[in-house]
Amino acid sequence: MKTYDAIIIGAGHNGLTTAAFLAKAGLDVVCLEKNEYIGGATVSREMYKGWLYSSCSYVCSLLRPEIYRALELHKHGLQVTPFGGSCQFMENGDYFGSYHDPEEAYREMARFSRRDADAYERYSADTMRQCRLVRDNLLRTAPDPTSFKPKDLMGLAELGLKFMDMGEDAMYETIRFWTMSVAEYLDQYFETDVIKTTKSGSGIIGTALGVYSPGTAYVLLHHYMGDVDGNVGTWGVARGGMGAIADSIAGALQTYGGELRAKAGVEKIIVKNGRATGVALESGEEISARLVVSAIDVKQTFLDRMDKSDLPEDFYNRVVNFKIRGSSGKVNIALDGMPTFPAIPKGSTLYHGDMHFIDSMERMERAFDDWKAGTWSKDPYIDMLIPTLTDPTMAPPGKHFMSCFVQYCPYQIDGRAWTEPEREAFGQTVIDQIANYSPDFKSLILHYEVRTPEDIENQIGITEGNIFHGELTMDQLLFNRPVPGYAQYRSPVSGLYMCGSSTHPGGGVMSAPGANAAREILADLRRTNTVPENFGDD
Amino acid sequence: MTDKYDAIVVGGGHNGLVCSALLAKSGKSVLVLEANDQVGGAAITREFTDGYSVSACAHLLYQLQPSVRKDLKLKPQLVADDMTTIALDEDGKHIRLSGNSVTGVSDDDASSYRAFHKRMTRFAGLLNTYFNKAPPRLGPMDLSNLVLLGRLGLSVRLLGKKEMREFLRLIFMNIHDELVERFESPLLKGAVSLDAVLGTHLGPRSPNSILTYLYRLAGDCGRVALPAGGMGTVSDELAQVARSAGVTIRTGMPVKRIVIDNGRVAGVETESGERFDSMTVVSNADPKRTLLDLVGAQHIEARFTHRISNIRMRGNAAKLHLALDGLPTIAGLTQDDFAERLVIAPDEHYVERAFNPAKYGQSSPEPIVEMTFPSCRDASLAPSGKHVMSAIVQYAPYALKGGWTDAARREFEAATIRVIERYAPDIAKRITASELLTPADIESEFHITGGHWHHGELTMDQLMFVRPVSGAAQYRMPVDGLYLCGAGAHPGGGVSGAAGRNAARAILGREKAA
Repeated sequence: MKTYDAIIIGAGHNGLTTAAFLAKAGLDVVCLEKNEYIGGATVSREMYKGWLYSSCSYVCSLLRPEIYRALELHKHGLQVTPFGGSCQFMENGDYFGSYHDPEEAYREMARFSRRDADAYERYSADTMRQCRLVRDNLLRTAPDPTSFKPKDLMGLAELGLKFMDMGEDAMYETIRFWTMSVAEYLDQYFETDVIKTTKSGSGIIGTALGVYSPGTAYVLLHHYMGDVDGNVGTWGVARGGMGAIADSIAGALQTYGGELRAKAGVEKIIVKNGRATGVALESGEEISARLVVSAIDVKQTFLDRMDKSDLPEDFYNRVVNFKIRGSSGKVNIALDGMPTFPAIPKGSTLYHGDMHFIDSMERMERAFDDWKAGTWSKDPYIDMLIPTLTDPTMAPPGKHFMSCFVQYCPYQIDGRAWTEPEREAFGQTVIDQIANYSPDFKSLILHYEVRTPEDIENQIGITEGNIFHGELTMDQLLFNRPVPGYAQYRSPVSGLYMCGSSTHPGGGVMSAPGANAAREILADLRRTNTVPENFGDD
Repeated sequence: MTDKYDAIVVGGGHNGLVCSALLAKSGKSVLVLEANDQVGGAAITREFTDGYSVSACAHLLYQLQPSVRKDLKLKPQLVADDMTTIALDEDGKHIRLSGNSVTGVSDDDASSYRAFHKRMTRFAGLLNTYFNKAPPRLGPMDLSNLVLLGRLGLSVRLLGKKEMREFLRLIFMNIHDELVERFESPLLKGAVSLDAVLGTHLGPRSPNSILTYLYRLAGDCGRVALPAGGMGTVSDELAQVARSAGVTIRTGMPVKRIVIDNGRVAGVETESGERFDSMTVVSNADPKRTLLDLVGAQHIEARFTHRISNIRMRGNAAKLHLALDGLPTIAGLTQDDFAERLVIAPDEHYVERAFNPAKYGQSSPEPIVEMTFPSCRDASLAPSGKHVMSAIVQYAPYALKGGWTDAARREFEAATIRVIERYAPDIAKRITASELLTPADIESEFHITGGHWHHGELTMDQLMFVRPVSGAAQYRMPVDGLYLCGAGAHPGGGVSGAAGRNAARAILGREKAA
């Protein structure tokens, strides 16, 4: 029987990235996917004839450019197009638009408050400074502060020096930034509720926290530190939907001689004499390898696919306590034509951006209170985008695809499974909120799919359908991610590694965990490193 | 005609008194100016209705630092020095927490609580080490700063690998998640949640609520004491010590402004128009009042002003005082039990639900309550056979939508009584007089901006290096000769005296000799 150098469990973007870098280094790898399609949550699927749905993730910015270059993803058809601005619809019939053009952006803010318009530059500079600090650490392994190994001490010292380089003042502000709530952070700059609301969304997307919860200012960065073509903070859509990203990495993997197998769900990770030696598939087939890398989340990996007896008790308990909370859902809609939004001027660039239908911090926080009470938000925060305006290939000519990311949506209703009428009602809540601002929207709907966290778990395999494979709170970041002491991609079982979003630096279609894991694996194997490190651009 | 002193302390709260006494002991001439007619700030005993007295604001003694006790040779008279906390149950199945033990819960919960308490106490002890020092500065790389920073890092490392990891994880977490993982008893989870959020603008599900819990423990390992004669006697003793060290204390002297001359402090001017000169002014008032009201933004750099105005310090805790013609009855409690600390927080969700409205400027329809009946321990507080109840009730947001009108106050008081009635059905019949102090009242009566008893939220972004604000954590304000010695400075609130002591040491230039 053939023995691979490495098996990668899960062909999401991170699994594919690890596989591609290992293959590039000359390893004999196979990447296993349980579904018949690859990509995990980075996927485009034809859910309605003629329409490609970005079923789960829907926009792209975090994908590291070094990875893009190192894997030559352009050769495999990846094309990311930036889209413009965003728009906040208000209950009083007005709207607030965010624009890329600095003058336009200033004028729009000044329409509400000149003071806010003036504060924006300060806000932008301060936020960007935090972005740069974090960006530097995305493509490297987090040092272990408890370790006395030279590598960790060096890493810590480097972090410390970089921190000190900021100057005393910025250092204090950094400490504050990492621990405060997004609402408090914004309060320092802005006075207009709708402007704060616009900016606060990025602080809570994908987390089980409200805009007033301490720690959400940091989450903001996860939506600011990306870039498209070097424009930091810009978002784009991948031509052909998000699946194009996974497909291009898969293309690279195959070019380097790696194997990809769909419909090959892993039932068990085989451990012999304290060492991972391969996997058993759901079909009963066994595949052996010198090492196994799991791209699925830590709970799926260690609690579902391993024997408790193969793991140290402390580690096992920590994985049990690792917080992966379902907090967001999706509603994807095929449209017969472009809906009108009378509040915004015809031909405005705002149509191309993401749209939100909530206009106050209080409404944002109340949406979270519903989640805490065990139900979906009755007045949700929707991040809506019509990507077909930027990428017409996703729908027939003149038709459109609409992606609605919805926060908050719990994994379970009151601690039990969703019922069909509840799923329907959740979808209807979303459609109704949008219809409040678009009179013809409902009549244009041809088909829609509702995805609760439970559905995402069932289809994609992510615990609670959490888009980040684990909450992005300080207790689960950097050297604490996924669990203290195992933040360097190695598990307590030798030969078994982790490379998914449960590891540093966390979720988003970033591919950084996958790349970092590949680098650590190659180091352990004493192979030449194929993985880029650090940022060339910053 | 003016008087000249080596230092003037604005505000005779406990920190101001500690600071002034230490300065005087070092031979300085010190004047303390207190706006109210009695010293003590928020730590006073006051008759709120004929014959009934209570500790008007702070009502339990958690944290008076041993270093302060030692330096000033304080011997506070305590009628209780380690009160049991009884978390009330509607059916009389109360649980009792004392030290590391809890009774009335399953064996599993009891042993989990022992482990939990042990770890929390250890981490709290680590925090406590830093209560008695000024935080190091991060910028200048002089030796003493590096040594302090190094010690800080080392002491965390000395916890050992496993505990250090746990520490670095827990301090960012919310208490809710930790409690749900550890305990099954709703009452136990509720009681610990209450301890974590009392005096803050946090719910148990807000990240950072473990840190606030640690802060509470950090004073005296969570020991709760009750001084004889109420908190006022602690302040009176401090005033006594200060006076005998030579401090001049003048009450009923509200300060109108801190006089700035040529960019530095020159003295203070009182509301009555009197002027006192000094090159050193130490403010026991909160940072907003000190810098924005007493000094004035025109004397401070814009960015610093901006930071000061962004300090979050809107109180949520109200005080409710009741005069009772006898103790109420609570099923399952004996007469003696009323001498302990009683809390109402039936489960962790209840506490979170109480918090929700506070986010939107509304008071809790079902508040959490910490009750004491100090007259059970100390008969001097009420006429014979009668009793007083002193309770902290949360959440009553300072910036209540629509303001704290009489109707709003009546509504909150009634809501509180309704909640207490679930346990003590006859409480309403026993009440002969009552007094509700909302954060707005605490602000006007005790001159604390926002009525926030910690002079600013105890969240990570307002602690240590960044308390009160970035770049001013060493008690010196960016106006020459101006110092801060109140709870708004490191290490924050509670009747600990640590801020006052640390400030005195900074002024005397002795902090390096620590």
